[in-house]
Amino acid sequence: MSDSSLRVVWVYPDLLSTYGDQGNVLVVERRARQRRVPVTRLDVRSDQPIPTSGDIYLIGGGEDRPQRLASERLRRDGGLARAVENGAIVFSVCAGYQILGHEFVNDLGRPEPGLGLLDVVSVRGEGERCVGDVLADIDPALGLPPLTGFENHQGITHVGRGAKPFARTRFGNGNGTGDGTEGAYNDTVFGTYMHGPVMARNPQIADMLIKLALDVKALPPADDQWYEALRAERIAAASQPA
Amino acid sequence: MAGNSEPLSPRAKLAVTAGKAAAAVSRAAGRGSGSVIGGRVALKLDPDLLAALATHLDVVLVSATNGKTTTTRLLAEALRAAGPVVSNALGANMPAGITSALAGGSDARFGVIEVDEKYLAGVARDVNPKAIALLNLSRDQLDRAAETRMLAEKWREGLAGTEAIVIANADDPLITWAASSCPTVVWVAAGQEWKDDAWSCPSCGGVLQRPSEDWFCGECGFRRPIPTWALSGDHVVDPYGAAWPIRLQLPGRANKSNAAVSAAAAAAFGVEPKVALERMYAVQAVAGRYDVVSFLGRDIRLLLAKNPAGWLETFSLIDGPPAPVLLSVNARGADGTDTSWLWDVDYTRLSGHPIFVVGDRKLDLAVRLEVAGLQFRVCADVDEAVRNAPAGRIEAIANYTAFQDLRRRVGN
Repeated sequence: MSDSSLRVVWVYPDLLSTYGDQGNVLVVERRARQRRVPVTRLDVRSDQPIPTSGDIYLIGGGEDRPQRLASERLRRDGGLARAVENGAIVFSVCAGYQILGHEFVNDLGRPEPGLGLLDVVSVRGEGERCVGDVLADIDPALGLPPLTGFENHQGITHVGRGAKPFARTRFGNGNGTGDGTEGAYNDTVFGTYMHGPVMARNPQIADMLIKLALDVKALPPADDQWYEALRAERIAAASQPA
Repeated sequence: MAGNSEPLSPRAKLAVTAGKAAAAVSRAAGRGSGSVIGGRVALKLDPDLLAALATHLDVVLVSATNGKTTTTRLLAEALRAAGPVVSNALGANMPAGITSALAGGSDARFGVIEVDEKYLAGVARDVNPKAIALLNLSRDQLDRAAETRMLAEKWREGLAGTEAIVIANADDPLITWAASSCPTVVWVAAGQEWKDDAWSCPSCGGVLQRPSEDWFCGECGFRRPIPTWALSGDHVVDPYGAAWPIRLQLPGRANKSNAAVSAAAAAAFGVEPKVALERMYAVQAVAGRYDVVSFLGRDIRLLLAKNPAGWLETFSLIDGPPAPVLLSVNARGADGTDTSWLWDVDYTRLSGHPIFVVGDRKLDLAVRLEVAGLQFRVCADVDEAVRNAPAGRIEAIANYTAFQDLRRRVGN
């Protein structure tokens, strides 16, 4: 464990913090502190440069126009790509997930370039919006328990060869491609459609990011009683659609 | 009375009668007031009924994310100084409920109408209002509602060129954007605690600068209009600079803001601020909100908070620690089925309060509070929470259907 603190960067809260995803920052902070890992949280607004020295970058969901603005500003800034080159970890949700890919459809209905940090391409679905509880199995290589979350999106995201699906859905839509994939990841960059927020429903994901950032195999146990109770309830709810 | 000068067409009369009959059947079946079903039946028989009912009235519409029911009530009280008022006081705020409310007020001179955000532009077209009061817009039920900024855009398009006097909160950039297409706007500095839905310029997308109470876009120049009315502490300042004391039985800054907008709207109908504000004092509770009830030998104050902006305003009006706090959250259809918004609420504001958690989604709240580092107790129901609460009036904060459940349980 390094003796300096864990630097957690919350990217563009002015544009991409509309669906409660700042909960992911709060859970990462809380669980790190519970393990006596000091945390420095940095909220970076879209008129500020993205620092390149962060350990974990979290990006949330947002509405369609803010998503385009965020992608434009992140491309122009370039800091996130440099941070990833430095080995930083990025975890993104919904609109943020689409931005990390090569391309998505913007609020004007046109293809908008993303950052290309994750080998995915997103298009807009023609059918009904995907809304509701999701239950999925996370890629066994990551050694995590089932994924529970809430999806609310119109996007369809295709995972390319340079990335792996983060999970396979049991209930719900996930990437919306009809093949049961949900989210995507490579070595250090993760994307998911799950709100909830996803870390509140799956604190093991927060732990995984902390371990990756600190380069440790295990963390001391934390009291997970409320998380576990919530998980059990939501997993049961997703399994019995209304 | 204006209502008698131009009688309704036979078709409209029939529609009103059929609607009342349907409402009576619904009431008899124990399914609530029947106002929505009655309105639906009536509108089906005469789609122009809402417009017909409104032609005899001076109508003012009230819309917002938060505070529309209370403001409608405050404004209705104020306008009663000038004549009889008909109003959808119970919050049935879509076209069917509005039709039903108007059909019940044949002698009225004024119609004070709360309108759901999604229906504002349509209702404004139908009823040709004399005034429209716009309070605030913020995130609410994002799993089923339109995006907040899109709503502002729809208002802007739908209200462009309206003949109504628009009374709008200049401190809310989204409201300002929505209202700035209207020819006649009375800007009120009504304040807004919640700022997280308006960091980007509604006009150009630039980052809004918000030094103290001002706001402006550094890129396109879109900025806070100069208000002619203002909420200043416990006073409303009118366009002549006179400060009128706000004395309300309703608690909190948000209700002072609602009163300030109501005073400005009442002035558009010739009711002076002094008279308007004095009449608002009579309002004690609005559809159970702010009511203090006695239950299991304890005093409980019932507070409704449906979204992050509402919770923020509610935290600022509750009694300080060690007042016990009861929180209840559901996620049924009318609440929005996604609970992620709980994470946009700063629950650390409850630090020092004994906290009791109930409701369908108490486990979501439990995780939220745990991560906020707060002590709390999860209870099976309201009774258990009340029995375990330490001394003092209990501040009960609940979202929409949880609030209804709570009222039912405590017999309000």
